[in-house]
Amino acid sequence: MLPIILLSVFGIVLLFMGFLKSKVLLLPATLVFILAALATTFMDWGKTYLYFQNMLLTNNLAILFTTIVLLSAFMVVALSNSFIEDEQAQPAEYYALLLFSLVGAIMMISFENLIMLFVGVEILSVAMYVLAGSDKHSPRSNEAALKYFLMGAFATGIMLFGIALLYGATGTFVVSGIKSYVYTNAYGVSLLLYMGIILLLIGMLFKVSAAPFHFWTPDVYDGTPGLFTAFMSTVVKTAGFAALFRVLSVSFVGVYSFWWGTLAALTCLTLLIGNVTAVYQTSFKRMMAYSSISHAGYLLIGLTALGTQTKQALVFYSLAYSLATISAFGVLLVVSRQRQDTNGVNENFDAFNGLARQNPLLGFVMAVSMLSLAGIPLTAGFWGKFMIFTTAADKGIYWILVFAVLMSTVGIYYYFRVIIAMYFREGAAEPVKVAPFYRYVLIAATILTLVLGLAPGLLEGLV
Amino acid sequence: MQPTQQVSIPELIQQVPLNYYLIVSTALFVIGIIGVLTRRNAIIIFMSIELMLNAVNLLLIAFSSYRSDSAGQVFVFFIMAVAAAEVAVGLAIIVMIYRNIRSIDVGLLNKLKW
Repeated sequence: MLPIILLSVFGIVLLFMGFLKSKVLLLPATLVFILAALATTFMDWGKTYLYFQNMLLTNNLAILFTTIVLLSAFMVVALSNSFIEDEQAQPAEYYALLLFSLVGAIMMISFENLIMLFVGVEILSVAMYVLAGSDKHSPRSNEAALKYFLMGAFATGIMLFGIALLYGATGTFVVSGIKSYVYTNAYGVSLLLYMGIILLLIGMLFKVSAAPFHFWTPDVYDGTPGLFTAFMSTVVKTAGFAALFRVLSVSFVGVYSFWWGTLAALTCLTLLIGNVTAVYQTSFKRMMAYSSISHAGYLLIGLTALGTQTKQALVFYSLAYSLATISAFGVLLVVSRQRQDTNGVNENFDAFNGLARQNPLLGFVMAVSMLSLAGIPLTAGFWGKFMIFTTAADKGIYWILVFAVLMSTVGIYYYFRVIIAMYFREGAAEPVKVAPFYRYVLIAATILTLVLGLAPGLLEGLV
Repeated sequence: MQPTQQVSIPELIQQVPLNYYLIVSTALFVIGIIGVLTRRNAIIIFMSIELMLNAVNLLLIAFSSYRSDSAGQVFVFFIMAVAAAEVAVGLAIIVMIYRNIRSIDVGLLNKLKW
């Protein structure tokens, strides 16, 4: 549990570093801090520990999710070099808030007591509300912050009522205590427990933006500054699914027959809304928001078909999704900043016109990440989808499988729009300038995506 | 109950049946949800959310004293502390919006539409 303590201290250190005149040190310092937290995460590898009076539990699964979250945060921070030139930006505060939100994410991943789930969700969310509104003078950013805040607080309220009902039914907040209650009362489970499960699920599904609780997602992702959107769609989603997996696979596995039907229906709705609405978008960033909803749908398939393979599928899928999303946003950030139109930054599909001709590297990075998100073979995304679909097939839920495959063919259409714009359309003549370090991060993410696509067995046997 | 007699707070709470607490806090919670969904003023929506949180607090306290278990009361402290932090951030966001558009009507926030 050293990473939680370290990240909290490092966040405060960063706030103090904000007093320095020069902003040059902040970015490397943040990267070093995240790497330090990542290194200490592995101290508990291979063992199961309970920390802080049974509040948090670390095992290999929690460590792997923490690694994904910290890796995504590392890449997002590494892509943030534009803050140094921006007069309005307050990089010290941004980085400190990012580190604090990582503390919340790790608590969501490794909670053993529902109190820690709540505190983790709030630490993560409150930091994200501020970051969503960090572009203080832009009305779009303001609106995103308010919508995110109101919807997030609303979801927290629903989740808390669920937790209170679970406490009323079982008399405990401990995840394994609820499990033993469910097993000892297998035939006469209190009605409060069922209501509690439903409300807790609604609250958590709000956070991971599953339909029909997704309506805030496109607005918030669109209005938030691009870098923090990348953070939001990777770290928040991974942590949310880790928390959902822990609560469903430990506490509620005894009443699987009660919740799986509801979850299956919501999964299909999420896949349908996410994929079909993404087709109609003209803004790339908004398309990515709907794409994140549809990926929440794929991850939900793994939870609906809860089994022995689920955790491995979830880890692999969230890693593949995070890598592809961050490199896509990385390309969008440089391109939209340097190809501006009358409304300021251009985040539409036409910003990518002819990109592959002027910047073959950026074109390739974007193409690989789009192929990975669409689930084309030889990329990590293909194996992620393959594993998720295998869990559903193992459980014998074939109709959901057929539906998901259909929806992923819809996905190919809107992901390929970007590739077509980059490779087959005529665009601006001058190439986009990319800083060397920025380029290395994008290359690293692309290589990881391809390596995982060629050798998916690398992660096998870790959980 | 005689005024001279010493009554502990859990006993006092237990003089009302548990189901009544459940009904009252569910009612408060539903009022909060309706407020969030129907009102247009950001501050009122915010108040409705606080109402939802306090319904949860009431329910937790009732369960906690009926079960003679302190965990529920500890949770209430966490909720109150976190809600205070949330209020600080939320009001700051609302003030920021008021500075830019001179209104806190959520109906005016329509820059982002699909």
